[in-house]
Amino acid sequence: MAAGMVIVGGGECGARAAFALRENGYDGPVTLIGAEKHLPYERPPLSKDVMTSPEHPLARTIAGNDRFAEQDIRFLGGTAAIGIDRKAKEIIFAGGDRLAYDKLLLATGAVPRPLPLAAQSRHCTYLRSYDDALAIRARLQSGARIVIVGGGFIGLELAASARQRGAAVTVLETQARILMRGVSEEIAAVIAERHRQEGVLIRYGIAIAAITDRDTGVTMTLAGGEKLEADLAVIGIGAIPATALAEAAGLETANGILVNAYLQTSDPDIFAAGDCCAFPLALYGGRRVRLEAWRNAQEQGTLAARNMLGLLEPHRAVPWFWSDQYELGLQVAGLADEASQTIRRDLDESAFILFHLAADGRLVAASGIGRGNSIARDMRLAEMLIARSACPDPAGLAAPDVKLKSLLAA
Amino acid sequence: MSDWIEACTADAIDEEDVMRFDHEGRTFAIYRSPDDEFFATDGLCTHEHIHLADGLVMDDIIECPKHNGRFNYKTGQAKGAPVCVNLKTYPVKVEAGKVLIQLAS
Repeated sequence: MAAGMVIVGGGECGARAAFALRENGYDGPVTLIGAEKHLPYERPPLSKDVMTSPEHPLARTIAGNDRFAEQDIRFLGGTAAIGIDRKAKEIIFAGGDRLAYDKLLLATGAVPRPLPLAAQSRHCTYLRSYDDALAIRARLQSGARIVIVGGGFIGLELAASARQRGAAVTVLETQARILMRGVSEEIAAVIAERHRQEGVLIRYGIAIAAITDRDTGVTMTLAGGEKLEADLAVIGIGAIPATALAEAAGLETANGILVNAYLQTSDPDIFAAGDCCAFPLALYGGRRVRLEAWRNAQEQGTLAARNMLGLLEPHRAVPWFWSDQYELGLQVAGLADEASQTIRRDLDESAFILFHLAADGRLVAASGIGRGNSIARDMRLAEMLIARSACPDPAGLAAPDVKLKSLLAA
Repeated sequence: MSDWIEACTADAIDEEDVMRFDHEGRTFAIYRSPDDEFFATDGLCTHEHIHLADGLVMDDIIECPKHNGRFNYKTGQAKGAPVCVNLKTYPVKVEAGKVLIQLAS
Protein backbone atom coordinates (compact mmCIF):
# COMPACT_ATOMS: atom_id res chain seq x y z
CA MET A 1 0.00 0.00 0.00
CA ALA A 2 1.16 3.50 -0.81
CA ALA A 3 2.48 5.59 2.06
CA GLY A 4 0.74 8.54 0.47
CA MET A 5 1.18 12.24 0.03
CA VAL A 6 1.99 14.44 2.98
CA ILE A 7 1.73 18.22 2.99
CA VAL A 8 3.25 20.28 5.80
CA GLY A 9 1.54 23.66 6.06
CA GLY A 10 -2.21 24.24 6.30
CA GLY A 11 -2.43 27.63 4.59
CA GLU A 12 -3.68 28.59 1.15
CA CYS A 13 -0.90 26.71 -0.62
CA GLY A 14 -1.04 23.47 1.33
CA ALA A 15 -4.82 23.28 1.22
CA ARG A 16 -4.95 23.92 -2.52
CA ALA A 17 -2.32 21.25 -3.06
CA ALA A 18 -4.31 18.69 -1.05
CA PHE A 19 -7.45 19.23 -3.11
CA ALA A 20 -5.47 19.40 -6.35
CA LEU A 21 -4.06 15.92 -5.66
CA ARG A 22 -7.63 14.60 -5.70
CA GLU A 23 -8.66 16.74 -8.68
CA ASN A 24 -5.79 15.12 -10.57
CA GLY A 25 -7.01 11.63 -9.78
CA TYR A 26 -4.76 10.61 -6.90
CA ASP A 27 -6.57 8.07 -4.71
CA GLY A 28 -3.94 7.21 -2.09
CA PRO A 29 -3.75 8.70 1.41
CA VAL A 30 -3.45 12.51 1.61
CA THR A 31 -2.50 14.15 4.90
CA LEU A 32 -2.42 17.90 5.46
CA ILE A 33 -0.56 19.05 8.56
CA GLY A 34 -1.38 22.52 9.90
CA ALA A 35 0.41 24.25 12.77
CA GLU A 36 -2.74 26.25 13.54
CA LYS A 37 -5.74 24.48 14.99
CA HIS A 38 -8.13 26.12 12.50
CA LEU A 39 -9.18 24.54 9.24
CA PRO A 40 -7.24 26.16 6.37
CA TYR A 41 -8.56 29.68 5.81
CA GLU A 42 -7.94 32.64 3.50
CA ARG A 43 -5.49 35.18 4.90
CA PRO A 44 -6.24 38.25 2.73
CA PRO A 45 -9.35 39.25 4.78
CA LEU A 46 -7.36 39.30 8.04
CA SER A 47 -6.14 42.87 7.57
CA LYS A 48 -9.43 44.02 6.03
CA ASP A 49 -12.87 42.45 6.61
CA VAL A 50 -11.82 40.70 9.81
CA MET A 51 -10.76 44.06 11.27
CA THR A 52 -13.76 46.07 10.09
CA SER A 53 -16.57 43.54 10.48
CA PRO A 54 -19.11 44.80 13.02
CA GLU A 55 -19.79 41.29 14.27
CA HIS A 56 -17.28 38.75 15.49
CA PRO A 57 -15.62 37.70 12.23
CA LEU A 58 -15.33 34.05 11.35
CA ALA A 59 -12.30 32.78 9.46
CA ARG A 60 -13.20 32.23 5.82
CA THR A 61 -12.25 28.61 5.40
CA ILE A 62 -10.96 27.33 2.09
CA ALA A 63 -12.98 24.17 2.61
CA GLY A 64 -15.20 22.92 5.41
CA ASN A 65 -14.97 19.64 7.32
CA ASP A 66 -17.51 18.15 4.94
CA ARG A 67 -15.27 18.73 1.91
CA PHE A 68 -12.26 17.28 3.67
CA ALA A 69 -14.33 14.21 4.48
CA GLU A 70 -15.82 13.96 1.01
CA GLN A 71 -12.38 14.23 -0.60
CA ASP A 72 -10.88 11.86 1.98
CA ILE A 73 -8.18 14.35 3.00
CA ARG A 74 -6.91 13.95 6.54
CA PHE A 75 -6.32 17.32 8.19
CA LEU A 76 -4.14 17.36 11.29
CA GLY A 77 -4.62 20.81 12.83
CA GLY A 78 -2.59 22.25 15.70
CA THR A 79 0.15 19.79 14.83
CA ALA A 80 3.86 20.51 14.63
CA ALA A 81 6.10 18.54 12.29
CA ILE A 82 9.56 18.89 13.81
CA GLY A 83 11.69 16.77 11.54
CA ILE A 84 12.02 14.90 8.27
CA ASP A 85 13.78 11.54 8.12
CA ARG A 86 14.66 11.62 4.44
CA LYS A 87 16.18 8.13 4.42
CA ALA A 88 13.08 6.52 5.88
CA LYS A 89 10.84 9.04 4.06
CA GLU A 90 9.00 9.90 7.24
CA ILE A 91 7.77 13.05 8.94
CA ILE A 92 8.56 13.28 12.66
CA PHE A 93 6.01 14.92 14.96
CA ALA A 94 6.65 16.74 18.22
CA GLY A 95 5.57 13.73 20.27
CA GLY A 96 7.91 11.40 18.39
CA ASP A 97 5.26 9.81 16.17
CA ARG A 98 6.16 9.33 12.54
CA LEU A 99 4.24 9.44 9.28
CA ALA A 100 5.56 7.92 6.07
CA TYR A 101 5.32 9.70 2.72
CA ASP A 102 5.86 8.87 -0.92
CA LYS A 103 6.11 12.55 -1.81
CA LEU A 104 6.25 15.42 0.62
CA LEU A 105 5.25 19.02 0.05
CA LEU A 106 6.58 21.78 2.27
CA ALA A 107 4.11 24.66 2.23
CA THR A 108 5.32 26.12 5.48
CA GLY A 109 4.75 29.74 4.50
CA ALA A 110 6.44 32.71 6.08
CA VAL A 111 6.49 34.36 9.47
CA PRO A 112 6.55 38.06 10.27
CA ARG A 113 10.05 39.50 10.39
CA PRO A 114 10.62 40.22 14.08
CA LEU A 115 11.64 43.65 15.31
CA PRO A 116 14.28 42.90 17.98
CA LEU A 117 13.47 46.09 19.91
CA ALA A 118 9.92 44.85 20.38
CA ALA A 119 10.85 41.45 21.76
CA GLN A 120 9.98 42.27 25.38
CA SER A 121 6.85 44.31 24.70
CA ARG A 122 3.37 42.96 25.48
CA HIS A 123 1.82 45.78 23.44
CA CYS A 124 3.72 45.16 20.23
CA THR A 125 2.19 42.57 18.01
CA TYR A 126 2.29 41.10 14.50
CA LEU A 127 -0.39 40.14 12.01
CA ARG A 128 -0.16 36.80 10.27
CA SER A 129 -2.79 34.44 11.63
CA TYR A 130 -6.51 34.59 12.32
CA ASP A 131 -5.76 34.54 16.05
CA ASP A 132 -3.36 37.49 15.60
CA ALA A 133 -6.12 39.33 13.74
CA LEU A 134 -8.72 38.71 16.46
CA ALA A 135 -6.30 39.96 19.13
CA ILE A 136 -5.62 43.17 17.19
CA ARG A 137 -9.27 43.64 16.33
CA ALA A 138 -10.21 43.50 20.02
CA ARG A 139 -7.96 46.50 20.66
CA LEU A 140 -9.08 48.65 17.73
CA GLN A 141 -11.90 50.45 19.48
CA SER A 142 -12.69 54.05 18.64
CA GLY A 143 -10.14 56.46 20.06
CA ALA A 144 -7.43 53.82 20.50
CA ARG A 145 -3.99 55.05 19.48
CA ILE A 146 -2.30 52.62 17.13
CA VAL A 147 1.26 52.84 15.87
CA ILE A 148 2.10 50.75 12.84
CA VAL A 149 5.76 50.09 12.24
CA GLY A 150 6.36 49.66 8.51
CA GLY A 151 4.61 51.22 5.51
CA GLY A 152 4.14 47.98 3.58
CA PHE A 153 0.93 46.27 2.54
CA ILE A 154 0.07 44.67 5.86
CA GLY A 155 0.66 47.90 7.73
CA LEU A 156 -1.23 50.10 5.28
CA GLU A 157 -4.22 47.78 4.95
CA LEU A 158 -4.37 47.60 8.71
CA ALA A 159 -4.08 51.40 8.93
CA ALA A 160 -7.10 51.75 6.63
CA SER A 161 -9.09 49.23 8.65
CA ALA A 162 -8.12 50.84 11.96
CA ARG A 163 -9.29 54.24 10.70
CA GLN A 164 -12.59 52.69 9.70
CA ARG A 165 -12.89 51.49 13.31
CA GLY A 166 -12.17 55.00 14.57
CA ALA A 167 -8.67 54.43 15.92
CA ALA A 168 -5.98 57.12 15.65
CA VAL A 169 -3.24 55.75 13.42
CA THR A 170 0.42 56.66 12.98
CA VAL A 171 2.58 54.77 10.48
CA LEU A 172 6.34 54.82 10.98
CA GLU A 173 8.35 54.16 7.84
CA THR A 174 12.15 54.02 7.76
CA GLN A 175 12.33 54.86 4.05
CA ALA A 176 11.54 58.12 2.27
CA ARG A 177 8.22 56.75 1.00
CA ILE A 178 5.79 53.90 1.56
CA LEU A 179 5.78 50.67 -0.47
CA MET A 180 9.40 50.94 -1.54
CA ARG A 181 9.46 47.30 -2.42
CA GLY A 182 7.49 46.52 -5.56
CA VAL A 183 5.29 49.59 -6.09
CA SER A 184 6.20 52.57 -8.22
CA GLU A 185 6.38 56.01 -6.68
CA GLU A 186 3.39 57.40 -8.59
CA ILE A 187 1.09 54.76 -7.17
CA ALA A 188 2.57 54.92 -3.68
CA ALA A 189 1.85 58.66 -3.73
CA VAL A 190 -1.85 58.06 -4.48
CA ILE A 191 -2.09 55.65 -1.57
CA ALA A 192 -0.20 57.95 0.80
CA GLU A 193 -2.49 60.85 -0.10
CA ARG A 194 -5.59 58.71 0.48
CA HIS A 195 -4.32 57.78 3.95
CA ARG A 196 -3.58 61.44 4.69
CA GLN A 197 -7.17 62.37 3.76
CA GLU A 198 -8.41 59.76 6.23
CA GLY A 199 -6.28 61.22 8.98
CA VAL A 200 -3.52 58.60 9.07
CA LEU A 201 -0.21 60.20 9.98
CA ILE A 202 2.56 58.63 7.90
CA ARG A 203 6.04 59.59 9.05
CA TYR A 204 9.03 58.91 6.84
CA GLY A 205 12.70 58.34 7.54
CA ILE A 206 11.92 57.23 11.07
CA ALA A 207 14.28 55.08 13.13
CA ILE A 208 13.11 53.68 16.45
CA ALA A 209 15.68 53.83 19.27
CA ALA A 210 13.75 52.12 22.06
CA ILE A 211 10.41 50.53 22.87
CA THR A 212 9.17 50.54 26.46
CA ASP A 213 5.93 49.16 27.85
CA ARG A 214 3.69 51.14 30.14
CA ASP A 215 0.78 49.58 32.05
CA THR A 216 -1.72 50.09 29.28
CA GLY A 217 0.40 50.71 26.23
CA VAL A 218 3.77 51.29 24.74
CA THR A 219 6.19 54.21 24.39
CA MET A 220 8.33 54.39 21.27
CA THR A 221 11.42 56.51 21.52
CA LEU A 222 12.52 57.70 18.10
CA ALA A 223 16.13 58.20 17.08
CA GLY A 224 15.90 61.97 17.66
CA GLY A 225 14.65 61.47 21.22
CA GLU A 226 10.98 62.15 20.53
CA LYS A 227 8.59 59.86 22.41
CA LEU A 228 5.40 58.45 20.88
CA GLU A 229 2.75 56.86 23.06
CA ALA A 230 0.33 54.26 21.77
CA ASP A 231 -2.12 51.73 23.12
CA LEU A 232 -0.94 49.18 20.62
CA ALA A 233 1.88 48.83 18.12
CA VAL A 234 1.65 46.49 15.16
CA ILE A 235 4.91 45.55 13.47
CA GLY A 236 4.70 45.00 9.72
CA ILE A 237 8.26 45.01 8.45
CA GLY A 238 8.11 42.09 6.10
CA ALA A 239 8.15 38.33 6.38
CA ILE A 240 10.80 35.66 6.41
CA PRO A 241 10.33 32.21 4.92
CA ALA A 242 9.69 29.35 7.32
CA THR A 243 12.63 27.16 6.38
CA ALA A 244 13.63 25.60 9.72
CA LEU A 245 12.20 22.19 8.91
CA ALA A 246 13.86 22.15 5.49
CA GLU A 247 17.20 23.30 6.86
CA ALA A 248 17.17 20.71 9.64
CA ALA A 249 16.58 18.07 6.97
CA GLY A 250 19.59 19.29 5.00
CA LEU A 251 17.64 20.69 2.06
CA GLU A 252 19.22 23.61 0.24
CA THR A 253 17.90 27.01 1.27
CA ALA A 254 18.77 30.63 0.53
CA ASN A 255 16.06 33.15 1.40
CA GLY A 256 13.61 30.30 1.00
CA ILE A 257 13.69 26.61 0.26
CA LEU A 258 15.43 26.28 -3.10
CA VAL A 259 13.36 24.54 -5.76
CA ASN A 260 13.68 23.95 -9.49
CA ALA A 261 11.10 24.86 -12.12
CA TYR A 262 9.04 21.84 -11.03
CA LEU A 263 9.05 23.10 -7.43
CA GLN A 264 11.24 20.19 -6.44
CA THR A 265 13.78 20.73 -3.65
CA SER A 266 17.28 19.30 -3.61
CA ASP A 267 15.57 16.04 -2.56
CA PRO A 268 13.49 14.88 -5.55
CA ASP A 269 10.81 13.38 -3.28
CA ILE A 270 10.29 16.67 -1.48
CA PHE A 271 8.59 19.68 -3.05
CA ALA A 272 8.16 23.20 -1.72
CA ALA A 273 5.66 25.85 -2.76
CA GLY A 274 4.23 29.21 -1.78
CA ASP A 275 5.78 31.83 0.50
CA CYS A 276 8.47 29.46 1.76
CA CYS A 277 10.16 28.65 -1.55
CA ALA A 278 12.62 30.45 -3.79
CA PHE A 279 12.00 29.41 -7.39
CA PRO A 280 13.26 30.27 -10.88
CA LEU A 281 10.95 32.68 -12.69
CA ALA A 282 10.92 31.52 -16.30
CA LEU A 283 9.63 34.78 -17.78
CA TYR A 284 12.49 36.73 -16.27
CA GLY A 285 15.41 34.62 -17.43
CA GLY A 286 15.03 32.10 -14.66
CA ARG A 287 16.08 34.52 -11.94
CA ARG A 288 15.28 33.19 -8.52
CA VAL A 289 12.54 34.92 -6.58
CA ARG A 290 10.36 34.29 -3.57
CA LEU A 291 6.81 35.64 -3.65
CA GLU A 292 4.50 36.30 -0.75
CA ALA A 293 1.18 36.46 -2.50
CA TRP A 294 -2.16 34.72 -2.35
CA ARG A 295 -2.35 33.77 -6.00
CA ASN A 296 1.20 32.47 -6.07
CA ALA A 297 0.40 30.26 -3.07
CA GLN A 298 -2.63 28.93 -4.87
CA GLU A 299 -0.95 28.37 -8.23
CA GLN A 300 2.17 26.81 -6.81
CA GLY A 301 0.16 24.56 -4.49
CA THR A 302 -1.78 23.29 -7.48
CA LEU A 303 1.33 22.89 -9.62
CA ALA A 304 3.28 21.13 -6.86
CA ALA A 305 0.44 18.63 -6.49
CA ARG A 306 0.53 17.84 -10.21
CA ASN A 307 4.28 17.43 -10.15
CA MET A 308 4.14 15.21 -7.05
CA LEU A 309 2.03 12.96 -9.27
CA GLY A 310 4.77 12.94 -11.89
CA LEU A 311 3.38 15.38 -14.44
CA LEU A 312 6.59 17.43 -14.43
CA GLU A 313 5.14 20.72 -15.60
CA PRO A 314 7.42 23.72 -15.21
CA HIS A 315 6.25 26.80 -13.36
CA ARG A 316 5.43 29.62 -15.73
CA ALA A 317 3.26 32.27 -14.14
CA VAL A 318 3.35 36.04 -13.98
CA PRO A 319 3.75 37.30 -10.41
CA TRP A 320 0.59 39.12 -9.39
CA PHE A 321 -0.79 40.66 -6.24
CA TRP A 322 -3.38 43.13 -5.12
CA SER A 323 -4.08 45.35 -2.14
CA ASP A 324 -7.32 47.03 -1.09
CA GLN A 325 -7.24 50.16 1.05
CA TYR A 326 -10.40 52.20 1.61
CA GLU A 327 -12.18 52.17 -1.76
CA LEU A 328 -8.90 51.91 -3.65
CA GLY A 329 -7.75 48.76 -5.38
CA LEU A 330 -4.12 48.33 -6.38
CA GLN A 331 -2.70 45.59 -8.55
CA VAL A 332 0.80 44.76 -9.71
CA ALA A 333 1.62 42.15 -12.34
CA GLY A 334 5.16 41.17 -13.27
CA LEU A 335 8.46 42.51 -12.00
CA ALA A 336 9.12 46.17 -12.75
CA ASP A 337 12.77 46.32 -11.77
CA GLU A 338 13.98 45.35 -15.25
CA ALA A 339 12.02 48.17 -16.86
CA SER A 340 13.61 51.16 -18.55
CA GLN A 341 10.47 52.97 -19.71
CA THR A 342 7.08 53.61 -18.12
CA ILE A 343 3.90 54.39 -20.06
CA ARG A 344 0.85 55.76 -18.24
CA ARG A 345 -2.69 54.95 -19.28
CA ASP A 346 -5.48 56.92 -17.60
CA LEU A 347 -8.70 54.92 -17.36
CA ASP A 348 -10.75 57.61 -15.64
CA GLU A 349 -10.04 60.62 -13.43
CA SER A 350 -8.99 58.40 -10.52
CA ALA A 351 -7.74 55.21 -12.15
CA PHE A 352 -4.52 54.65 -14.05
CA ILE A 353 -2.16 51.88 -15.06
CA LEU A 354 1.59 52.14 -15.51
CA PHE A 355 3.11 49.85 -18.11
CA HIS A 356 6.74 49.04 -17.48
CA LEU A 357 8.71 48.20 -20.63
CA ALA A 358 12.19 46.73 -20.86
CA ALA A 359 14.82 48.25 -23.16
CA ASP A 360 13.91 45.75 -25.92
CA GLY A 361 10.25 46.83 -25.78
CA ARG A 362 8.97 43.82 -23.85
CA LEU A 363 6.22 44.53 -21.34
CA VAL A 364 7.72 43.25 -18.07
CA ALA A 365 5.27 44.66 -15.54
CA ALA A 366 2.13 46.69 -15.06
CA SER A 367 0.84 48.37 -11.95
CA GLY A 368 -2.41 50.17 -11.48
CA ILE A 369 -4.66 51.83 -8.99
CA GLY A 370 -8.27 52.97 -9.02
CA ARG A 371 -11.58 52.77 -7.25
CA GLY A 372 -12.88 49.27 -6.61
CA ASN A 373 -12.08 46.96 -9.48
CA SER A 374 -11.88 49.69 -12.12
CA ILE A 375 -8.40 48.64 -13.26
CA ALA A 376 -8.99 44.89 -13.04
CA ARG A 377 -9.86 44.13 -16.63
CA ASP A 378 -7.00 46.05 -18.19
CA MET A 379 -4.62 44.66 -15.59
CA ARG A 380 -5.69 41.13 -16.51
CA LEU A 381 -4.99 41.86 -20.16
CA ALA A 382 -1.67 43.41 -19.21
CA GLU A 383 -0.80 40.25 -17.37
CA MET A 384 -1.58 38.22 -20.49
CA LEU A 385 0.66 40.50 -22.55
CA ILE A 386 3.44 40.02 -20.00
CA ALA A 387 2.97 36.25 -20.10
CA ARG A 388 3.48 36.33 -23.86
CA SER A 389 6.59 38.49 -23.59
CA ALA A 390 4.74 40.85 -25.93
CA CYS A 391 6.17 44.14 -27.15
CA PRO A 392 2.98 46.23 -27.35
CA ASP A 393 2.92 49.55 -29.15
CA PRO A 394 3.60 52.20 -26.47
CA ALA A 395 1.20 54.65 -28.14
CA GLY A 396 -1.59 52.07 -27.88
CA LEU A 397 -0.83 51.42 -24.23
CA ALA A 398 -1.07 55.13 -23.48
CA ALA A 399 -4.39 55.61 -25.31
CA PRO A 400 -7.40 54.53 -23.23
CA ASP A 401 -9.58 54.24 -26.34
CA VAL A 402 -7.26 51.61 -27.82
CA LYS A 403 -8.48 48.33 -26.38
CA LEU A 404 -5.76 46.26 -24.77
CA LYS A 405 -7.48 43.20 -26.20
CA SER A 406 -6.58 44.45 -29.65
CA LEU A 407 -2.91 44.66 -28.62
CA LEU A 408 -3.14 41.10 -27.36
CA ALA A 409 -4.30 39.94 -30.77
CA ALA A 410 -1.50 41.84 -32.53
CA MET B 1 -45.66 34.71 -15.08
CA SER B 2 -42.46 36.58 -15.69
CA ASP B 3 -41.61 39.66 -17.63
CA TRP B 4 -38.99 40.53 -20.17
CA ILE B 5 -37.03 43.51 -18.91
CA GLU B 6 -35.07 45.81 -21.18
CA ALA B 7 -31.45 45.78 -20.02
CA CYS B 8 -29.66 47.89 -22.62
CA THR B 9 -29.35 48.44 -26.33
CA ALA B 10 -27.46 45.77 -28.22
CA ASP B 11 -24.81 48.18 -29.42
CA ALA B 12 -24.02 49.20 -25.82
CA ILE B 13 -21.91 46.06 -25.41
CA ASP B 14 -18.95 45.18 -27.62
CA GLU B 15 -18.49 41.66 -28.84
CA GLU B 16 -16.70 39.50 -26.24
CA ASP B 17 -17.56 41.93 -23.49
CA VAL B 18 -19.85 42.37 -20.51
CA MET B 19 -21.97 45.08 -18.94
CA ARG B 20 -23.56 45.51 -15.53
CA PHE B 21 -27.33 45.85 -15.30
CA ASP B 22 -29.10 46.77 -12.07
CA HIS B 23 -32.83 46.23 -11.68
CA GLU B 24 -35.06 46.54 -8.61
CA GLY B 25 -32.29 46.04 -6.11
CA ARG B 26 -30.70 43.17 -8.00
CA THR B 27 -27.61 43.21 -10.16
CA PHE B 28 -26.94 41.25 -13.32
CA ALA B 29 -24.24 40.87 -15.91
CA ILE B 30 -25.13 40.98 -19.61
CA TYR B 31 -22.68 39.41 -22.05
CA ARG B 32 -22.14 39.60 -25.78
CA SER B 33 -20.21 36.57 -27.00
CA PRO B 34 -17.54 36.62 -29.75
CA ASP B 35 -20.12 35.07 -32.10
CA ASP B 36 -22.55 37.90 -31.35
CA GLU B 37 -25.01 36.20 -29.02
CA PHE B 38 -26.27 37.71 -25.78
CA PHE B 39 -26.38 36.08 -22.35
CA ALA B 40 -27.20 37.11 -18.80
CA THR B 41 -26.18 35.89 -15.36
CA ASP B 42 -26.37 37.08 -11.79
CA GLY B 43 -24.03 40.03 -11.46
CA LEU B 44 -22.00 38.95 -8.46
CA CYS B 45 -19.29 36.32 -8.23
CA THR B 46 -20.33 33.41 -6.02
CA HIS B 47 -17.00 33.56 -4.15
CA GLU B 48 -16.84 37.08 -2.71
CA HIS B 49 -19.77 38.94 -4.25
CA ILE B 50 -17.67 41.04 -6.60
CA HIS B 51 -19.30 42.60 -9.68
CA LEU B 52 -18.41 40.33 -12.58
CA ALA B 53 -18.99 43.12 -15.09
CA ASP B 54 -15.60 44.53 -14.08
CA GLY B 55 -14.04 41.26 -15.20
CA LEU B 56 -12.68 40.03 -18.49
CA VAL B 57 -14.63 38.03 -21.09
CA MET B 58 -12.58 35.53 -23.07
CA ASP B 59 -14.59 33.29 -25.41
CA ASP B 60 -17.29 31.65 -23.24
CA ILE B 61 -15.64 32.59 -19.96
CA ILE B 62 -16.14 35.48 -17.59
CA GLU B 63 -13.31 35.89 -15.12
CA CYS B 64 -13.96 37.61 -11.80
CA PRO B 65 -11.86 40.78 -11.53
CA LYS B 66 -10.85 40.06 -7.95
CA HIS B 67 -9.55 36.52 -7.67
CA ASN B 68 -9.84 35.21 -11.21
CA GLY B 69 -12.67 32.83 -10.42
CA ARG B 70 -14.02 31.66 -13.79
CA PHE B 71 -17.49 30.84 -15.02
CA ASN B 72 -18.93 29.83 -18.35
CA TYR B 73 -21.41 32.68 -18.76
CA LYS B 74 -23.51 30.68 -21.22
CA THR B 75 -24.22 27.91 -18.70
CA GLY B 76 -23.25 29.52 -15.38
CA GLN B 77 -20.86 26.67 -14.67
CA ALA B 78 -18.07 27.44 -12.15
CA LYS B 79 -14.70 26.44 -13.64
CA GLY B 80 -12.65 25.70 -10.52
CA ALA B 81 -10.96 27.23 -7.46
CA PRO B 82 -11.64 29.64 -5.90
CA VAL B 83 -15.20 29.40 -7.23
CA CYS B 84 -17.24 26.27 -6.66
CA VAL B 85 -20.84 27.53 -6.79
CA ASN B 86 -22.39 27.99 -10.25
CA LEU B 87 -23.82 31.30 -11.45
CA LYS B 88 -27.51 31.62 -12.11
CA THR B 89 -28.29 32.36 -15.76
CA TYR B 90 -31.30 34.08 -17.34
CA PRO B 91 -32.93 33.87 -20.77
CA VAL B 92 -32.04 36.73 -23.11
CA LYS B 93 -33.46 37.89 -26.42
CA VAL B 94 -32.76 40.83 -28.72
CA GLU B 95 -35.66 42.72 -30.23
CA ALA B 96 -35.46 45.91 -32.25
CA GLY B 97 -31.90 46.49 -31.13
CA LYS B 98 -32.74 46.09 -27.45
CA VAL B 99 -31.44 43.37 -25.13
CA LEU B 100 -34.23 41.87 -23.03
CA ILE B 101 -33.68 39.64 -20.02
CA GLN B 102 -36.30 37.36 -18.50
CA LEU B 103 -36.32 37.45 -14.73
CA ALA B 104 -38.19 34.38 -13.54
CA SER B 105 -40.28 35.13 -10.49
